[in-house]
Amino acid sequence: MIDQLKEFLSYDFVRSALIAGSLAAVLGAIVGYFVVIRKVGFAAHALAHIGFTGATGAALFGISPLQGMLIVSVLAGATMGVMGSRLHRSEIAIGMVLSVCLGVGTLFLTLYNGFAGQASAILFGNIFGVSPQQIHQIALLSAGSLGVLFIFSRKLIFASIQPDLAEARGVSLSQLSFIFMIILAVSVTLASQVVGILLVFTLVIGPAGIAARLFRGFWSGTTASVVIALAAVWSGILLACMTNWPPSFWITVILFALYLLVDLLCRFVLRTER
Amino acid sequence: MIAALSISDASVRLGGNEILHTINAEVAPGEFIGIFGPNGAGKSTLIRCILGLAPLSSGRISVFGVGAGRANRMIGYMPQSRVSLEGTALSARSMVAGVAAGDGWGLPWHSRKLKEEVDSVIELAGVAPFADRPFAVLSGGEKQRVGLAQALLGKPRLLLLDEPLASLDPRNQMLLIDRITQIKKTTDTTILFTAHDVNPLLGVMDRVLYIAGGAAAIGSLDEVITSAALSQLYKTDIRVIRVEGNIFIIAAEGGVIETARHD
Repeated sequence: MIDQLKEFLSYDFVRSALIAGSLAAVLGAIVGYFVVIRKVGFAAHALAHIGFTGATGAALFGISPLQGMLIVSVLAGATMGVMGSRLHRSEIAIGMVLSVCLGVGTLFLTLYNGFAGQASAILFGNIFGVSPQQIHQIALLSAGSLGVLFIFSRKLIFASIQPDLAEARGVSLSQLSFIFMIILAVSVTLASQVVGILLVFTLVIGPAGIAARLFRGFWSGTTASVVIALAAVWSGILLACMTNWPPSFWITVILFALYLLVDLLCRFVLRTER
Repeated sequence: MIAALSISDASVRLGGNEILHTINAEVAPGEFIGIFGPNGAGKSTLIRCILGLAPLSSGRISVFGVGAGRANRMIGYMPQSRVSLEGTALSARSMVAGVAAGDGWGLPWHSRKLKEEVDSVIELAGVAPFADRPFAVLSGGEKQRVGLAQALLGKPRLLLLDEPLASLDPRNQMLLIDRITQIKKTTDTTILFTAHDVNPLLGVMDRVLYIAGGAAAIGSLDEVITSAALSQLYKTDIRVIRVEGNIFIIAAEGGVIETARHD
């Protein structure tokens, strides 16, 4: 078992996958915590899917899929942030942005005929295919996003748990929502490099959703979220090496099992939910 | 002495409609003012104007001599809306701590001084018994007390409470009012309290500010809550009926404008 692990770790592509996976997991776990308390799960979901347009468009315009996804997701995130600073207005706005982007993505896919084969890698992730150059990009983007998030974290927490009071204290809700949506766009794009566009939810919502249900403070919640995300990504990648089944499958299954466990725990043992 | 709140000839327009028309009111430091009026009369709008969140179309509002503007640290505010944190275990204490220094930069790392302040408002608002339980599972009355604790952060001199009794049963209404009167006694804070019904606040408030039909009347209960004064505000025939210490406000053509408690 240990020897087997050592063997896997001697492969460059496994090490690269672990590094890229860890970066995306940490960012997704922390940003996800804010997604959970701000209740913008739908936006996170939509931004990931919107990335599909970027990826298909990238092939057409000759840039890398990561760059294409980033450009389109960040633009869409910024638009969402401007359109709906109050959460209740967002759903329709997000739905509209999502649908037009997927429409354009379909057009790109049709225009670029040779692309269909790669579509599955974008949709379901290809963590074993990340290049050192991509890791470099992912590291820079994660660090940048986390840095901005840290600078605004007090205001974000305040605006998330008591928006009216925050506004009265001079915190700009629309500015915060704009900044957060851009960070979210970057995070889902990076997470989709690991688990694919369709499964981004698992990294951005999964660990944070589980941690938020168990822990009563912001620090304990975000720390637990990071630990859960890292554990899921590492064990998912290693299980994928052992079984030859896709890492996306393992990561989603691990997180889902954990979610079920925590759900039962909260309902019947801790009784922290009504 | 500088008035805690001074509203002079204030008018407010929202979307082309004049919500408030040249209203005037002076509130002395330490007063407890009940603000009443029908739905949509502009109670919350007035609160937003005092906070500097909604602009006046004319006139002036000043708080302790300073013109109304955003981020006024002299004002504590308990908004009407509550965030639902369903599906999270964030405790009541975290909800208060997240607001403390929430307008600053950087990570939410709290100094000892800030932690002490959080503890003191938790004590003051009566949140202590359930401070470490998840906010999402608290009762309506308990959640309102968390909101009260958040409003008390920063030792405000003027406390704006927007419909704190909404959706509370009579017992919890009484408990919350008791808590607020205690806070007023110990901290000497000026309190503006909007409500639907006059009755729960009888005997607690010093004066009444009644808003209807874009106009406002301020004065003692016996001056403002009378058939004559309210008829003038509503510009229709209003009857004020007192039964066993409760007050009913009724339009002469029928229909209770304010319902009494049902306890």
